[in-house]
Amino acid sequence: MDVNRCLIRFAVHLLPLVLFCCLTSIPMGNSSSARSQVVENQSTQVQEQARVDVIAQAKPASIAIFSTDGKGGGSGVIVSPDGFALTNYHVVKPCGKWMHCGMPDGQLYPAVLVGIDPTGDVALIKLVGRQDFPVAKLGDSDLVKVGEHCFAIGNPFLLATNFEPSVSWGIVSGIHRYQYPSGTLLEYTDCIQTDAAINPGNSGGPLFNSRGELIGINGRGSFEKRGRVNVGVGYAISINQIRLFWRHLASGRIVDHASLGAIVTADQEGRVVVDDILTTSDAFRRGLRYNDEIVSFGGREIETVNEFKNVLGIFPKGFRVPLVYRREGEQYQTLVRLQGLHTENELAELTQNQAMPSGPRAKSRPAKSSVPVPDSITELLDERPGYANYYFNRRSQELIWNAFLQSGDTRQLPKKWRMQIAVQGMDPVQVAVAPQKAGMQWGESTALLDFEEDLAMQRVPNSSGGLLLAISMWHRLLTEGLDSMGEVFYLGGLPLRESGAIADVLISRDQTLECRFYFDTETRRLLELEVWTDPDADPCELRFLDYRDDRGVSLPYRLLARYGDAFEWDMSIDQYEMDEAAK
Amino acid sequence: MNHKLCRRSLPQKIGLGRVAWIVLWVLVGVVSARQVDAQSLPQIIEAAQPKMVKIFGGGGLRRLESWQTGFFVSNDGLIVTVWSYVLDNETTVVLSDGRKVSAELVGYHPQYEIALLKVDVEDQPCFTPDSAAKGVSGMTVLAFSNLYGVAAGNEQCSVQTGVVSTIMPLDARRGNRRTSYRGPAIVVDAITSNPGAAGGVITDRQGRWLGLIGRESRTAASNLWLNYAIPADQVAMATDLILAGNTSQAPLGSQAPTEPLTLELMGVVAVPDVVERTPPFIDLVRANSLAETAGLQSDDLIVQVDGQVTTCLKDLKSKLSQIDRDAPVTFMVKRGDDFINVKLQGSGQ
Repeated sequence: MDVNRCLIRFAVHLLPLVLFCCLTSIPMGNSSSARSQVVENQSTQVQEQARVDVIAQAKPASIAIFSTDGKGGGSGVIVSPDGFALTNYHVVKPCGKWMHCGMPDGQLYPAVLVGIDPTGDVALIKLVGRQDFPVAKLGDSDLVKVGEHCFAIGNPFLLATNFEPSVSWGIVSGIHRYQYPSGTLLEYTDCIQTDAAINPGNSGGPLFNSRGELIGINGRGSFEKRGRVNVGVGYAISINQIRLFWRHLASGRIVDHASLGAIVTADQEGRVVVDDILTTSDAFRRGLRYNDEIVSFGGREIETVNEFKNVLGIFPKGFRVPLVYRREGEQYQTLVRLQGLHTENELAELTQNQAMPSGPRAKSRPAKSSVPVPDSITELLDERPGYANYYFNRRSQELIWNAFLQSGDTRQLPKKWRMQIAVQGMDPVQVAVAPQKAGMQWGESTALLDFEEDLAMQRVPNSSGGLLLAISMWHRLLTEGLDSMGEVFYLGGLPLRESGAIADVLISRDQTLECRFYFDTETRRLLELEVWTDPDADPCELRFLDYRDDRGVSLPYRLLARYGDAFEWDMSIDQYEMDEAAK
Repeated sequence: MNHKLCRRSLPQKIGLGRVAWIVLWVLVGVVSARQVDAQSLPQIIEAAQPKMVKIFGGGGLRRLESWQTGFFVSNDGLIVTVWSYVLDNETTVVLSDGRKVSAELVGYHPQYEIALLKVDVEDQPCFTPDSAAKGVSGMTVLAFSNLYGVAAGNEQCSVQTGVVSTIMPLDARRGNRRTSYRGPAIVVDAITSNPGAAGGVITDRQGRWLGLIGRESRTAASNLWLNYAIPADQVAMATDLILAGNTSQAPLGSQAPTEPLTLELMGVVAVPDVVERTPPFIDLVRANSLAETAGLQSDDLIVQVDGQVTTCLKDLKSKLSQIDRDAPVTFMVKRGDDFINVKLQGSGQ
């Protein structure tokens, strides 16, 4: 017993020492110990099995895309059960308005073009024929780290005649990479670089992380010197960029990227400064001037011009993005609305005539096919100039407007409204609106709209940017409906000023007057209205708050009006008076 | 080893002790597996990136990239890279944090095609010769480089992964010429033979450096682009030679011989010294001269005198002026693709 106890004590005392020895000696990867070799072999097998499993999980949503003449194509990935799939613009360009998509299970489905982002080289298509397509799980590409394992699935060299895709495994070689436009379009900003083999035909296919989450769309490689084969340098458009473009792409439009309206360069000290700025830009109106230093943009610190371009490249035209700039030691913070990189005509023209210069793709001859367009495709296709496929725009307009009416059909309301409004720090305001009539009275002042004249010139009350016009347009939408607003289209999603949350935006244009209606993506409530009387000036912004059930519909009881940085009215509506008779 | 010792001290009879040891072994297994996992690739890469530099210099014409890669080998700013035309001009080095510094060329070794640069930094993370590991076939490797010049400013070098295919003597060509370096090369299956990647580093899975990514070359046998690195021990050897050659320069200048060696004395006519840095080519070797006896030939390019690199004709003449005409002297010349050492006996003998 004594001996035993003594030995146990000895063993116990030895324990920490032994543990220490083990900790310090075992972990090295190429340890010569046979035991750790066994552990390593086991862990290799475990890793291999994990890899096999994750590929099996990710593969079903990967598709092979073929033009209808069978001569061109690429890859893609399905992201919604009803068949919406992502690919590259340069893959669908030669395919025209519809294409064939092969699934890993051997099935072939027709797909129709939905929306294109020619600058970002992204296209959205919709496969037809199922409501239960397998979908890829979306990851968060901002969390991707260099050295993480990743894999590409696709159709390199259009090998997959049985639609069984090829898989290439590698690591993330670089993040936040900037690749200059190839030709005049196809700029890859903030993209993910990988050494997983990306070959012609892989274009448009998914890049997954080691958990099988979609982190990017493969589309480009550095090929300059070695001919058109993989040299271990491929680039994928980040899924987070595509997230920002998602609603825009689903709008059936030709989507544009953004410009700040200013050119930035690195100065002698390496600061990123404004080298030139358009006086018509929102950045200029928000106070940005020549030689100001860009401190942060879109929430990211800016230290190089590439970093600036990376941030700029992930946003669609029209987004409002936080900007911090420095002048003479003072720091200024503002929200800048980004303008388009191209004009609408430029973009339409470029997408018509652009010869695609680069990017890994198999072939790009336009499909001259005699294959008849199936009815299932014809139903989803509405070709209209300026749109990739107007069908999806019209459908979105209908969805948003019909959902809006779900909380009560405002068109049933009496057409003549009077509102008693309390405005913070001011005399009460009375507003009267009716079809083709609008007036406003406060204190000794009055304002009237003359519907015989150009409305865009009537920015009353003074310095409000057209508040009465905004109220009148809102009234028209509610009482006369979307059809009364002139030419209407669905823009996509834009962030709200306050929350930054994405809202669905319908735009109406009537001559030079443009109205942007922001709808909540869930409740479909109207959240905000912008009335643009001049595209190169600030709009009058009207926010709708404090919705209450009233007269069988839902009406806002608080309106926040804003114009530029100087005009702000916080308006509480005491009550609505509505009747049909004219006064 | 420790485990064996421990096991021997374990008494066979004691059940409780045995249980304790089993528990311990299980613990060890768990902990060691954890530790391997703890060193994730992203962490290893993050630790290695500050040791890398992007080098910008000459070139830019005729599809010659004006950039390459390099890495620190000392904490006071010594950088190893490949010897190429990029270093012909003033060289700017961009550190991983985006700092731009101008670099001084310490020296180069034409046979190894390795150059050493020096920049003014302190406490710089670096790959030291002691921290190097040996490449073995099948080993997982990481390749760090600024291929295609993708990374600008504070952007990090690109990282690729692969395995060591084999270690073999380099038999490669660049254009029509054989590469000067013919020592052992680590051949990898990661595609490192890309513009601008030369001068990058290859490490093992733990981030210990294995070698220097060589200049873009094709195999002599199949004319395919070869992905290779010059092993760390060879790089260290070249580094030592360059540093030694450099340090031996100063004392020579202190005591000039009264009767120095000259080209005329050797029987060598050099090409006319027409530009700022005329390469020291031999135009003509006079019959029955010292040079002819030693085996120098016309069209030889004199690249070293007694182990010191000659940069131009002026430099060659100045070096000769430090050598006594009676002393033996060794020249390294480049003849075609080959480097040849030629020993010249002093005129007095």
